[in-house]
Amino acid sequence: MNKIRTELLLCGGTGCHSTGSIKVRDALKNELDKQGLGKEIKIVETGCNGFCAVGPVMLVQPEGIFYQKLAEKDVPELVEEHFLKGRPVKRLFYKESASKEMIPQMHDIPFFAHQELRTMRNKGIIDPEVIDDYIARDGYFGAAKALTEMTPQQIIEEMKISGLRGRGGAGFPTGMKWDFASKSPGNVKYVLCNADEGDPGAFMDRSILEADPHAVLEGMIIAAKAINATKGYIYARTEYPLAIKRLEIAIAQAKEYGFLGDDILGTGFSFDIEIYQGAGAFVCGEETALMRSIEGKRGMPRPRPPFPAHKGLWEKPTILNNVETLANVAQIILKGGKWYSSIGTETSKGTKVFAISGDVNNIGLVEVPMGTPLRTLIYDVGGGIPDKKKFKAVQLGGPSGGCIPEYLLDTLVDYEEIAKVGAIMGSGGVIVMDESTCMVDMARFFMDFIQDESCGKCTPCREGTKRLLELLEKICDGRGELEDIDILEELSVTIKEASLCGLGQTAPNPVLSTLRYFKDEYYAHIIDKKCPAKRCVALLKFEVDPDKCKKCGLCFKACPTEAIVWKKKEVAYINKEKCVECLTCFSKCKFDAIN
Amino acid sequence: MAKLSIQDLKKIKENAAKGISLRQEQGRIKVTVHMGTCGIAAGAREVMSTLVEEIAQADRQDIQVVASSCMGMCSSEPNVTVQVEAEEPIIYQKMTANKMRQVFKRHILLGEVQTDFALAKM
Ligand SMILES: Cc1cc2nc3c(=O)[nH]c(=O)nc-3n(C[C@H](O)[C@H](O)[C@H](O)COP(=O)(O)O)c2cc1C
Ligand code: SF4
Ligand code: SF4
Ligand code: SF4
Ligand code: FES
Ligand code: FES
Repeated sequence: MNKIRTELLLCGGTGCHSTGSIKVRDALKNELDKQGLGKEIKIVETGCNGFCAVGPVMLVQPEGIFYQKLAEKDVPELVEEHFLKGRPVKRLFYKESASKEMIPQMHDIPFFAHQELRTMRNKGIIDPEVIDDYIARDGYFGAAKALTEMTPQQIIEEMKISGLRGRGGAGFPTGMKWDFASKSPGNVKYVLCNADEGDPGAFMDRSILEADPHAVLEGMIIAAKAINATKGYIYARTEYPLAIKRLEIAIAQAKEYGFLGDDILGTGFSFDIEIYQGAGAFVCGEETALMRSIEGKRGMPRPRPPFPAHKGLWEKPTILNNVETLANVAQIILKGGKWYSSIGTETSKGTKVFAISGDVNNIGLVEVPMGTPLRTLIYDVGGGIPDKKKFKAVQLGGPSGGCIPEYLLDTLVDYEEIAKVGAIMGSGGVIVMDESTCMVDMARFFMDFIQDESCGKCTPCREGTKRLLELLEKICDGRGELEDIDILEELSVTIKEASLCGLGQTAPNPVLSTLRYFKDEYYAHIIDKKCPAKRCVALLKFEVDPDKCKKCGLCFKACPTEAIVWKKKEVAYINKEKCVECLTCFSKCKFDAIN
Repeated sequence: MAKLSIQDLKKIKENAAKGISLRQEQGRIKVTVHMGTCGIAAGAREVMSTLVEEIAQADRQDIQVVASSCMGMCSSEPNVTVQVEAEEPIIYQKMTANKMRQVFKRHILLGEVQTDFALAKM
């Protein structure tokens, strides 16, 4: 008998763990027992809720009240006031950054209000370590349907109708990929799940695995039936211990229930899944390198064709899908491809999960329908730019993506539309940048990452990205010459065309897209020897402009080395002997008085 | 454990769905127990426990129980408000475990307002 009246859905994702949700959980347990509420009120530890930036977060159901930034010390008050006496604790509510308005209910918070949850439908609702919770939300009914009522071809047809495209970056139609592998001859085939997630700043795959691991397993089971595979591997990076732990639990539970193993649901179909832990090299996310890595060899890409659908892991027909892609499969089978394609645009169906970060108020993980304008994503869901600063650009698609300037913010989230303006959907990383970002420096940052991650197999990628990086460093250092811009452009085109794998083929994108929209910043660095955003240290004077200085003293208070001399009603002055060029004063001065 | 059949899967779902019902849709019926300091002193905790037990026994997932703060009517505590979807909320006063049982069985399950205990319609 269920005597629970209230459930506390406390986030137990990696983000909230690191901000203290385990301590909050233990304190809650204690306090509830102390007040005699332990039998009426239940704590459920969920996976990532998406709003990690304000974690630890907790949703009180059925009231729908959302608490943020919980700490152990808040617990006695919370239990006594809200759970015993029914007076929700206002100071722990979400505060809107612009209006400072307090919003008690989760579904009224703009960050959540614009979302449409499909891939992440179970996030924050189920306990990821309890298989029955997943089943309660229709879990494994998609697999049951695929296994008992559908032929492989029918499954593939349904996937094609859904219009689902791979969420790992390239956006290849999932149904078509399965079709190729299903038609490949051979009685040993593999289904692989790409949980490498190498993009810096991206964490959607990790969150899905932590919040809803069974959804990924179920997607793999259905894929296996579609191509007649007997074995699956999940390639996950070792840096994701919680995701791996929850996957292990999920696999064990699925085996116990007989959703994995021999003769699944008595249908005669057998399929098993193993986790393979990768060491976390960016290039190992590339499909052929990933397969090499599972084979125990060094993870290096190889030329295609042959495509993995014909010769993949151990030369057998193989499909590789991204975590987010697979998390959608069971619902497509259960509700139909038409249901899935009912939202989205002409070429991009369904929803997409984005990780929003950078200079934006609401940092976190969100799922919106394809076709949502970038402006809605950044301003309504993301809550806009903090500190009254101006928007400058949004970088989409991680290190192989591109940036989009203000005037193109009405671009829709759609594979083709985003590609048209020089970026890519990629895995869904969205980095918002305000006016204090230097676009040349940004290109340099990504090139530094890419150059480190090149596997070195082909020269244009290995040497070319190094040269690009050197040129960008030269410009940031104030040694740039006009012809460097031409060299950057030519080199970029060559690297794109002559590289073997996707890493090299997309590596120059950050350079090309900043040249496309922010060439004037390159010129400012090269001709005027100035960094308009005041980020490139070599081009700054570290001097206070006495005409602009309003004598406020903010720089003085912020300087870590006491390099700033300032007295009330006096203009500030920088002592260069003591200055360590940390740029703190530049970001603190509201009057743009430091050069 | 033995292999599951689809029938077993359906059964697991039915049971498990009850377990997580609070997390999804809001209940059709909302029962609010007013738990101010004086309400608790007057026995609101016992009323609440009785209510929760009755709901469990009746195996109903569409009834939402909420604790709320006092209504400012100390003399009539413990107070309980019953709101059935689309109907006017009824406030009951001076509740006890026994009265709560009666209100649950008669009003909540059968729809008969127990005017004897009612304080007012809101
Ligand atoms: C350098 C490089 C890194 C990649 N990293 C990932 C990754 O971390 N995760 C991922 O799912 N796909 C990654 N991909 C894309 C995969 O190669 C592959 O296209 C994808 O996993 C296929 O799944 P999908 O069709 O479901 O998107 C990467 C590709 C390249 C070229
Ligand atoms: S393009 Fe770069 S990462 Fe890809 S195989 Fe060539 S050297 Fe390696
Ligand atoms: S750059 Fe840093 S160290 Fe130098 S004056 Fe400014 S705050 Fe101080
Ligand atoms: S923060 Fe800017 S305006 Fe204020 S004292 Fe420093 S230089 Fe002057
Ligand atoms: S980990 Fe808690 S909201 Fe993301
Ligand atoms: S404390 Fe409940 S009416 Fe006063």
